[in-house]
Amino acid sequence: MAATPKPEELQQIDYTPPEKEWMEVPPSFKPGTWCYAGKPQILEYLGLPNPRKWSPADEDWKFPDNWKNTILEGIRERLLKFRSFHLFMDICVRCGACADKCHFYLGSGDPKNMPVLRAELLRSIYRREFTLTGKIFKKMAGGRELTEEVIKEWFSYFYQCTECRRCSVFCPYGIDTAEITMMGRELLHLIGMNTNWILEPAANCYRMGNHLGIQPHAFKDSLLGLVEDIEMETGIKVDPSFNRKGAEILFITPSADVFAMPAIFTMMGYMMLFHHLDLDVTFSTYASEGGNFGLFTSHEMQKRLNYKMYAEAKRLGVKWILGGECGHMWRVIHQYMGTHWDGCDELEVPVSPVTGTRFEHAKFTKMIHICEFTADLIKNNKLKLNPKRNDPYRVTFHDSCNPARGMGFFEEPRYVIENVANNFFEMPENTIREQTFCCGAGTGLNTDEFMEMRMRGGYPRASALKYVAGKHDVNLMATICAIDKATLDALVKYWIPEVEIGGVHELVGNALEMEGQNDRETNLRGEPLPVEPSESPPAAEGGEAGAEGGEA
Amino acid sequence: MKVLSALVAVAVLVLIAAIGTGLAPLQYVFGVVVPYAAFAVFVAGFVYRVAKWAKSAVPYRIPTTCGQQKSLDWVKHSKLEAPHTTGQVVVRMLLEVFLFRSLFRNTRTNLEDDDDGGKKLVYTSSKWLWLGGITFHLAFFTIVLRHLRFFTEPVPFLVQSVEGVDGFFQMTLPALYQTDLVIVGALTYLFLRRLFDPKVRYISLANDYFPLLLILSIAATGILMRHVWRVDVVGIKELAMGLASFSPTVPDGIGTLFYIHLFLVSTLVAYFPFSKLMHLAGVFMSPTRNLPNNSREVHHVNPWNYDVKVHTYAEYEDEFREVMKAAELPVEKE
Repeated sequence: MAATPKPEELQQIDYTPPEKEWMEVPPSFKPGTWCYAGKPQILEYLGLPNPRKWSPADEDWKFPDNWKNTILEGIRERLLKFRSFHLFMDICVRCGACADKCHFYLGSGDPKNMPVLRAELLRSIYRREFTLTGKIFKKMAGGRELTEEVIKEWFSYFYQCTECRRCSVFCPYGIDTAEITMMGRELLHLIGMNTNWILEPAANCYRMGNHLGIQPHAFKDSLLGLVEDIEMETGIKVDPSFNRKGAEILFITPSADVFAMPAIFTMMGYMMLFHHLDLDVTFSTYASEGGNFGLFTSHEMQKRLNYKMYAEAKRLGVKWILGGECGHMWRVIHQYMGTHWDGCDELEVPVSPVTGTRFEHAKFTKMIHICEFTADLIKNNKLKLNPKRNDPYRVTFHDSCNPARGMGFFEEPRYVIENVANNFFEMPENTIREQTFCCGAGTGLNTDEFMEMRMRGGYPRASALKYVAGKHDVNLMATICAIDKATLDALVKYWIPEVEIGGVHELVGNALEMEGQNDRETNLRGEPLPVEPSESPPAAEGGEAGAEGGEA
Repeated sequence: MKVLSALVAVAVLVLIAAIGTGLAPLQYVFGVVVPYAAFAVFVAGFVYRVAKWAKSAVPYRIPTTCGQQKSLDWVKHSKLEAPHTTGQVVVRMLLEVFLFRSLFRNTRTNLEDDDDGGKKLVYTSSKWLWLGGITFHLAFFTIVLRHLRFFTEPVPFLVQSVEGVDGFFQMTLPALYQTDLVIVGALTYLFLRRLFDPKVRYISLANDYFPLLLILSIAATGILMRHVWRVDVVGIKELAMGLASFSPTVPDGIGTLFYIHLFLVSTLVAYFPFSKLMHLAGVFMSPTRNLPNNSREVHHVNPWNYDVKVHTYAEYEDEFREVMKAAELPVEKE
């Protein structure tokens, strides 16, 4: 693995385009800028074409026979299947509004990371092969031949895009590079050009129910380990249930929450909340993954992995599904799942058993976000909260790309944070909400061998974070995405080590006043708290947050 | 190189019309045959392209949400940026199409030195592209509307009013239209930006310079005809009325400049359906803008949805039954 350049070096970003035209610049496979190839046994397990040993650093990528035809047929098929793709191939005017909106471009200065050029990599082939002007005028009309070099270039740049959709916010026609990258990756899969960091989790998820390949007993053990941690910090023994038939609610969250740092603290928050509310909820070891690396593979793989959610809900006979903090998981649930399965009539419209609130906006898919659930609890004064226990934290919130631009999920997490923490500060407006910047490693790019590009892609986020850290002494960036929790942790260690990464429900767990709890002298991370232990309700000087924490 | 080929292409077009009507007696070809052919190509091409897009499925509801979703009653929903109903989508689209709302958001990013010797990214609002874009489009639209006076008799009140307002300042005789100034200014800006902004220059194709130069030439010939080398307006109206009523006549002595203008317009019209200019129609069909953000509430049907290979619970339990039992996890089969 290549050593990642130091932050000082990485910040010297040159935005001057090369002398040569982009079609003349070959892709380069410098260590730190590409992910390892999919292993043959993984491809075989998933039934994907052209399994073989190869590396993007090799000269010979072992193209299958007739690969050109496969790609062109693949394009033809997708033009008919996806109007987004078809339209976005045709209507771009290259105005350049998207150019400096991409975190990978801002962090690397590589013009092929401008969304417009990323799309042109594919558009140039489309023009040459599928349009009249391209067939007649060829290069003059912006077309080019499909060669092995082109495929290598696709591989390079479609795996330097995190499908974050920030460019599509600014595009006057709403051209969404995520759609282009999805198509690009699907096409690459047709000839076996893919990355192991995406496919191995996908294969794990398919077989064992989760990306990390945690087997059922280990899944249970890990959570029981967290039960002990909770008992240590709060004196309360929570009692999660697994694969329990007849439960009212099935809870599904990314498997990273089960044992990856710092996501486990968020998991502790969930479990405390469920216990405190005496919620009739169960975990599943079979549907033990909220995330869906199929989204980063193909629409088909996405559907194959998504199957377990409804299937398990039906098998267990639950009424509805509650989903944890995750980014791309929610893109799938919000914009794809209902369509994949034409809904799920066996389930009921989610109703909070605590407040009676009926979540009408999820009446078709029957699945709601934990932040929606908790915000509703707080609004209805069902939680007793002591935000002072989060006082050591000066918190900012990182909007994750998928909930932000694929769902419109902005206020619920903020409302929860503002009620469980007293010190909350927003990053600059061009870097939050719908303009939020990616962590730099979404869509299955969160692998170590890709570290240089990750640090580059995450630079805009780090730069904004550094600003609030300097201005408001922010020391915790909360986020509602499991990939974020892992990747931002690496990002802040590199760019701005004084900041930690946490989850919204970790803060909820810290603030939650539970019946029979101990003095709560530490937070969920076991760090000592300066606040006076108190049995009485929290003082109200925390503003709205304190005032809202009414009856339990 | 790319800009040069676009420039040459436009120059060749000018020459063709100049020779064809100035030196050769091909007024009928350039005044009647070419415009009809161009118009036919436009209509057929436009319909073909739109029909082709329409034939492509919209399998998933994928709006780009730029504001708060509709969820809990007390959470303020952003109707415009995350529309939930068709009506809200229509408003979002209208703002997009007529006010270029997304482009209005444009920012410029700069890498600057920060206080402690490092760098930082700084975002500033950048409305020039929006201003150049919207003024060009509005001026173009007004000019097209204005030109209807050549094709109608009596000239409709709306067209007369547009013309009156456009020439309101009466700076010259005949009145100089403000839209002529605006369109030339906007096109010049867009052209120079494409040429001199290194990023935009790098992504530009000959196809990007060509329409700019073509429309600029159309505007230039139009202005020249009106203000410098005057042409026979009565003859032009007769020609235009003839075209519109499908009984074409070509009056003598209209002037070569007019035929150049008309030939450039014909080229633009015929080129339109095969070019990026189709964004005119495409913007209405963009799935990230024209769909409501309500997929958790309302079923969206994928017309090509198909069954996929899945890993069932039974298969899962078969593989892990023993460890599940050992961990006291419930199983279906003992």
